[in-house]
Amino acid sequence: MNMIEAIRDAHDVAMERDDDVVVFGEDAGYFGGVFRCTAGLQEKYGANRCFDSPIAESGIVGTGIGMAAYGLKPVIEIQFADYITPAYDQISQEAARMRYRSNGEFTCPIVIRTPTGGGIYGGQTHSQSPEAIFTHVCGLKVVIPSNPYDAKGLLLASIEDPDPVIFLEPKRLYNGPFEGYHDRALKGWKDHEDGKVPEGYYTVPLGKAKTVRAGKDVTVLCYGNMVHVCEAAQAESGVDAEIIDLRSLIPLDLEAIEASVKKTGRCVIVHEATKTSGFGGELMSLVQERCFYHLEAPIVRVTGWDTPYPHAQEWTYFPGPKRVGDALKKVVEAK
Amino acid sequence: MTGSKTSDRGFRVPQPPARPGEAPDFSNFDFGEPGKLPLLDAEAPVEAFEPFHDGLLRVLDMDGKAHGDWASMVSEEDLKEALTAMIRTRAFDQRMMRAQRQGKTSFYMQCLGEEAIAVGCALALRDGDMHFPTYRQQGILFVNGIDPEAMMNQIYSNKKDPLEGKQLPVLYSFKDNGFFTISGNLGTQWPQAVGWAMASAIKGDDKIAMAYIGDGATAEGDWHQGNLFASVYRAPVILSVVNNQWAISTTSAFAGADKNTFATRMASYGLPALRVDGNDIIAVIAATRLAAERARAGLGAVAIEFLTYRGGAHSTSDDPTKYRPKEELGSWPLGDPLDRLKQHMTVSGLMTDEEIAALEEAAEKEMREAENRAEEVGLVHAGEGADPAKMFEKVYEEMPGRLLEQKKEAGF
Ligand SMILES: Cc1ncc(C[n+]2csc(CCOP(=O)(O)OP(=O)(O)O)c2C)c(N)n1
Repeated sequence: MNMIEAIRDAHDVAMERDDDVVVFGEDAGYFGGVFRCTAGLQEKYGANRCFDSPIAESGIVGTGIGMAAYGLKPVIEIQFADYITPAYDQISQEAARMRYRSNGEFTCPIVIRTPTGGGIYGGQTHSQSPEAIFTHVCGLKVVIPSNPYDAKGLLLASIEDPDPVIFLEPKRLYNGPFEGYHDRALKGWKDHEDGKVPEGYYTVPLGKAKTVRAGKDVTVLCYGNMVHVCEAAQAESGVDAEIIDLRSLIPLDLEAIEASVKKTGRCVIVHEATKTSGFGGELMSLVQERCFYHLEAPIVRVTGWDTPYPHAQEWTYFPGPKRVGDALKKVVEAK
Repeated sequence: MTGSKTSDRGFRVPQPPARPGEAPDFSNFDFGEPGKLPLLDAEAPVEAFEPFHDGLLRVLDMDGKAHGDWASMVSEEDLKEALTAMIRTRAFDQRMMRAQRQGKTSFYMQCLGEEAIAVGCALALRDGDMHFPTYRQQGILFVNGIDPEAMMNQIYSNKKDPLEGKQLPVLYSFKDNGFFTISGNLGTQWPQAVGWAMASAIKGDDKIAMAYIGDGATAEGDWHQGNLFASVYRAPVILSVVNNQWAISTTSAFAGADKNTFATRMASYGLPALRVDGNDIIAVIAATRLAAERARAGLGAVAIEFLTYRGGAHSTSDDPTKYRPKEELGSWPLGDPLDRLKQHMTVSGLMTDEEIAALEEAAEKEMREAENRAEEVGLVHAGEGADPAKMFEKVYEEMPGRLLEQKKEAGF
C-alpha cells in the first residue's frame, strides 16, 4: 500500500469496528478527499458517517468538538496544514482544554488529520510544517508518520486515543519515500519494507519512537519527510549515524532519545519547519538537559530557513541530504 | 434595531443613542404589541417565520396580562417553576455580588434582567438535552437541579470546587445537569452545540442542543460558521442570541444590530427564526418549546433572538456608568422580567403577594445557607483553595511522563 491507501484503510478499519467513528472535511465525502485518503468511505458507510463539509475550518473543528462531547469519535480532515489556522482557536482553546477545564466531565477524543510539509512546489500555503504551534499547546497530542505501515497503525491508535490528536501527514510521502532528490524518479512504496501494510486492525502506539538505523557516532532526531532525507544523508556521508524517527512529538519518546544520545554523545536534529521556536529547539533543550555530560559536541539543527516557504527556491529551502550530510560530518568531526 | 447617532456619509463609528448624562432613548425599537403575532405550528414552513424576524413575539403586556395563542403553550406549573427559578437565580446573584464586594471572590458575573431567558429555555428543554451556555445563563442551573453550594464552591475555588480550582469563577461545567463546560473564549460554544446536535441526529437520537451567545460575540466567525453548519446539516439545535444590547461598553451596533435584527440575519442562512421579548417568560418558554418540538421532529435548527437589556455591570470588573446612562435600566420599555412575572401571577390569580414573598424569603435563606456552607469549606482568597497537586491532573487522560516530572519538580 502507499500511504494514501494505508490511511484510507485505517479509516475503513476504524469505521468498521466502531459505529461512533465519523469522518468529514472539505471534499472528504463523495469525492473522497483531494488526496483520496477517504475514498469510498461514503459509499461504504453512508453519508451519515462520512460527509463533505463547508469550507470553514473553525466550523469543522468546532462541530467536531461538539460531536466528541456527545460521544462520537470524529476524524476530521483539514485539506492542508496551511489552512488549519482558522481552526486554531477551536483546537488550542477548546479541544485541547475540554478535559482540563471541565475537570474531566467533557472530553474531546477527536483526530484532526492534515497533509503537511513541502517538497511539492506547493509554495507558501501548501508546504508549511506547523507542528510547533501544536506541540506548544498542552492537552494536544501531535503525531507524524513517515511511512504507510506507521501511518495506518498510528492513525488507528490516534482514533482510539482519548485525547485530541493532530495527525500530520507528510504529503510528499503519500506516493513513495522521498529522499530529497526531486530530479530522480520516485521509487514508490511497493518495494519498501514499510509499504507492506497488514490487512485489518493493528496499532502503532503513540509515544514510541522507531530506530530506523542503528549507529554509533551520532544520533539523528527526525520525523516525517526528513526520515528519508536523513537515511540518504547517512548513506552518502558514510557517517555511522543512529537515525530515530520520533513518530509522535507529543507524547515524546524521551527514553529512546536519551539512550541514543548517551550512547553516541552527539546529536543532530532535522526538521522541515522553520528554525526559530521550531520543535527542534525543544528537542535541543531536552537533550541538553538530560544528556549534557555525555555530549561531545554542540547539538546541531538542520531545518527550513526562517522564511515563508518559497516557490521557485523550493530546493534551496528544503533541508536536503547535502545539508544534513554536512551537519553529520561537522558534528562527528567536532572535538 | 438600535440606532446610532452618526452622520449619513463617510466613515462612521456607531454610537449608542445615549451616553452618561443624556436621557435614555429606546425610540429606535418597535416593540409591537403582545398577542399580535400568530401562533406557529412546529411543522410550519420556514416562510411562516418571516413576521417574527423584525417583529417581536410577546405574550405579557406591561400590566401582567397574557395575550394571544402563544400563551396556551405554557402551563400554570411552568410559571410557578419559572418564578421559583428566577427568584432563586436573582437571590444567588445578589449573594455572590455581595460576596465579591466582601472580598470572598475576585470575580462574579450577574444576569440581572436576563433571568427569564435561561430559566425559560431550561424549562422548555428535557433531561438529556444539552445547553451550551455563555457565562450569563446561570438560570439554567436553577431549573436543572444543581445545588447552589456547588456553584459557590466553584466561585470560591475551594476544596469542594467541582472543577478543583482549574477554572475562573462562574465558568461552570455540570454535565449531568445538561450544562456544557463554559469557555472564556467567546463564540466557540456555538458550532460545538451544532456539532453535538449533528451527533444526536447521526445517531438517530431525539436529544437536542441549545446554543447561547451574546449580541457582541455574534461578530465572531464561529457564529457565522455555526449558523451555516446548523442550516446545511439540518441539526437539531436551538440557536439563541441573547441580545442585551451591550457587549461590555460597546453597543450591539458594533455587531451589526442597527442594520438588521439578529433574527433576520440568522434567517438569511435559511433557518426559521424568531425574535422574542426576552423579558417575557411566557414568550420565552413558548418560543423555545416550539423550537424544541421542531428540532425533535427532525425539521432542523431554529434560531431565536431574545431581546433584553443587560441590567447590571458587565462583570464585577466593569463600571457601566462610564459609558451609558444610569437611568437606562429603569426606562427600558420591556421592564424587569421578574417583576413582570410576579405581576402576572397575581393579576391572573395564580399566586398571592404573600406566596411570592414567601418564595423570595426561602430563596434568600437558601442562598445564605449555601454560602455559609461554601464559606466553611473555604475561600481561595483566604488561602483555602483547591488542592495544588490537582493542577497537574486531567490535562490528558493519563499524566504523561514530562508532566509527572513537573509535578514532582513543583513538590508533589
Ligand atoms: C474571543 C474573545 N474575545 C474577547 C473576549 C473578552 N470579552 C469577554 S465578555 C466580552 C463581551 C461580550 O459581550 P456579549 O457577547 O454581548 O455578551 P454579554 O456580556 O453582553 O452577555 C468580551 C469582549 C473574550 N472573552 N473572548
